[in-house]
Amino acid sequence: MKLDARIPSGPLAEKWDKHRFDLKLVNPANKKKYHIIVVGTGLAGSSASASLAELGYNVKTFCLQDSPRRAHSIAAQGGINAAKNYPNDGDSIWRLFYDTIKGGDYRSREANVYRLAQISNHIIDHCVAQGIPFAREYGGLLANRSFGGAQVSRTFYARGQTGQQLLLGAYSSLSRQIATGRVRMFPRREMVNLVLVKGEAKGIVARNLITGAFELHEADAVILATGGYGNVFYLSTNAASCNVGAAFRAYKKGAMFANPCFSQIHPTCIPHTGEYQSKLTLMSESLRNDGRVWVPKKPGDTRPPEEIPEQERDYFLERRYPSFGNLVPRDVASRATKVECDSGKGVGPTGYAVYLDFRDAIKRDGREVIQRKYGNLFDMYKNITDADPYERPMMIYPATHYTMGGLWVDYNLMSTIPGLFVLGEANFSDHGANRLGASALMQGLADGYFVIPYTIGGYLADVTPSEVGTDHPAFEEAAKEAEARIKKLLSIKGGRTVSSFHRQLGEIMWEYCGMTRNESGLKKAIAMIQELREEFWENVIVPGSDWDYNLSLQKACRVADFLEFAELMARDALTRKESCGGHFREEFQTEEGEALRDDQNYCHVAAWEYQGEDKEPTLYTEPLVFENVQPSQRSYK
Amino acid sequence: MTQGTETIDITLKVWRQKGPEDRGRFETIEVKDVETHMSFLEMLDVVNERLTLEGKEPIEFDSDCREGICGMCGAVVNGIPHGPEKAMTLCQLHMRKFEDGDTIVVEPLRARAFKVVKDLIVDRSPLDKIIQAGGYISVNVGGAPDANAIPISQELAEKAMDAAACIGCGACVAACPNASAMLFVSAKVSHLTLLPQGKPEAARRAIGMVRAMDACGFGNCSNERECEAVCPKEIKITNIARLNREFIKAALFSMEK
Repeated sequence: MKLDARIPSGPLAEKWDKHRFDLKLVNPANKKKYHIIVVGTGLAGSSASASLAELGYNVKTFCLQDSPRRAHSIAAQGGINAAKNYPNDGDSIWRLFYDTIKGGDYRSREANVYRLAQISNHIIDHCVAQGIPFAREYGGLLANRSFGGAQVSRTFYARGQTGQQLLLGAYSSLSRQIATGRVRMFPRREMVNLVLVKGEAKGIVARNLITGAFELHEADAVILATGGYGNVFYLSTNAASCNVGAAFRAYKKGAMFANPCFSQIHPTCIPHTGEYQSKLTLMSESLRNDGRVWVPKKPGDTRPPEEIPEQERDYFLERRYPSFGNLVPRDVASRATKVECDSGKGVGPTGYAVYLDFRDAIKRDGREVIQRKYGNLFDMYKNITDADPYERPMMIYPATHYTMGGLWVDYNLMSTIPGLFVLGEANFSDHGANRLGASALMQGLADGYFVIPYTIGGYLADVTPSEVGTDHPAFEEAAKEAEARIKKLLSIKGGRTVSSFHRQLGEIMWEYCGMTRNESGLKKAIAMIQELREEFWENVIVPGSDWDYNLSLQKACRVADFLEFAELMARDALTRKESCGGHFREEFQTEEGEALRDDQNYCHVAAWEYQGEDKEPTLYTEPLVFENVQPSQRSYK
Repeated sequence: MTQGTETIDITLKVWRQKGPEDRGRFETIEVKDVETHMSFLEMLDVVNERLTLEGKEPIEFDSDCREGICGMCGAVVNGIPHGPEKAMTLCQLHMRKFEDGDTIVVEPLRARAFKVVKDLIVDRSPLDKIIQAGGYISVNVGGAPDANAIPISQELAEKAMDAAACIGCGACVAACPNASAMLFVSAKVSHLTLLPQGKPEAARRAIGMVRAMDACGFGNCSNERECEAVCPKEIKITNIARLNREFIKAALFSMEK
């Protein structure tokens, strides 16, 4: 099978305009005849649901949580990028495009990224019209700040709660459409299977998490906006319910999974403390605007930070990357941190932490200014760690934060299954091997507000509306499949909890498929995952029943998926014999320890096709063609 | 591994209820060796692991982001929604705030409008219904003017942001003797009405949202200020004053019915 990305012809800057003209339209009067399912209500899902309903389509929207407003986009802190160039500091659509391509280490599609940069400005306009209370200057115009990986200030923000405000904006638009009846909202539902009829996506099986009932829903197209798979690492900055389930169901039905090994480790998180720990808390990247990262020069220095004199501190990011300093991209900062800690210079009780110090910023700007910028983050840090960052440097360490890989999609955001579209973090498309800060919110909203409303029309125009009903045998079959799996999980009644399996899987992934990877480690990991998976299906204990609310059962299903997915991820990491962005293979690095790409052999998207249980998946590649930028070694020196 | 590991023993009196029709009861669970660095919910996780291995059903409770922003968690701890610490969600409460030997009472967020789903989980969908009745600005995608077309003073933007910080957890409702959702409603009305973009629909919004609140079975405000005291995001009761003003203005002087 040849992967056709359906990238429009013509000059880069004109592709999207041309494509929008070329796409077929659905007549306004006909739109109400079409039904669309949207799974997930984060930025991508909520914005897609709202904008499709605004156009007149019938939308059914599903989420796991008790309300669509709770999706994990809500936790994004720092901001959203756009090429507005309001600060007059040299930004442009082209620069945002270039920074994003370069930031992704030349492993994303030029056409997609350029479109993202073009759309970025419309997102800000729309969000302001929705009433998002972005930060403003005294004169009343919008404020911007700089963010990792960029030398211009292009990040719009609402204190440290930008994701919350943008999500609540999308949620408010969604709520308005629920009130009109054009969106029917199904909270506390989990998609447990995808229904294909003649190879096209025609519906889903959802499980009602309160009653346990399987509910069948037909549609003319299905949109997955179900987020990333960071929780494969068990400990991550993701919310507890984030999972790969829906994407993995689609994968098993034939949607290809692209670049699963591209995961992002965020450099500034509160370090790990104990086994009971349920999550790692992110401290916004924006802190690196004023905080300076350092370790003691002498390994094993146990003096408290205030007793370590200036000349005995190593501000290693400033030293290694003089032009970007503390603002180098996430993958670079994370790896540099690991190198320092591995060489024994890490601080804190575990030795796996570095300082993020605001002493100089407080001296320069005063406590009040720092408090206004970061007050809520400082409070959060103090509450969790019981230490005051105004008095003492924060301690931070990298943690899994985002996943760039996802279901393969073409330029229209359609997967390899016709009628199945994938938006936001769940797809693989725009961030290459590393995402820049403040770009996730931009992509989620671009996909939902501005891309899918056009591209889905191009697909639906050739589809007869409501062709298939839930009485089609494919629905019954898909529901049976899902039910059998749940019954099996409940029947094992073993001796080990779901969380204990998940924790062990996370340890394997963090150790062998985390910030750095190598061939022997990855091979070992694959064997360990297979072993753990076997034990899971023999020895897991899932309490309770399948006819009322049962979180352990929900978790068991998700961990079962992670146990399969993890192997795919490790396999992809093993196959990609180069280092790029967040994927760092120890065998492939420059003399200075930076990622060494192999553009000759790996300048492609790796897309995996499921072949059946216990069979190796098949690898397909989509070559990445660079016509407008010249891939170079990413340098932030 | 853990810095200065300290452990305490506690007694949990936790609400167990099979479903909305079940009467429910308190169950007493002795919990030994609780590390004080744990968060309250991590303590419950540990209890649940132990219950599972003993062949018992774990305590069901809602939580998701575990960093105080999604609004999914929330229970009444020792009589206070989200527990004894000010300006904090339950997931951010840490066990170091408790003493060895403490008895901790944990109940769901109770209100007439919130049905218990199971144990500590309640149905807060009425809050969504209130938003659907007007908690938005009616703009479709496309056609918005340039984001800087309307300057908004920093002070106003900050004030709107203060109100917009509401996470919709429902603690205010559980704390209120009238089980009123006025703080929740007023936060949304304030956020949108303070901004120029929200002005055109101000009257419709105030009337629609208050009406939906009444229809969902929430009580009214009698200035007890319990809501403000427990709000994890410190939403101020002055927002309720603004809501009242907007509501009266709309009822008396607008065409909205």
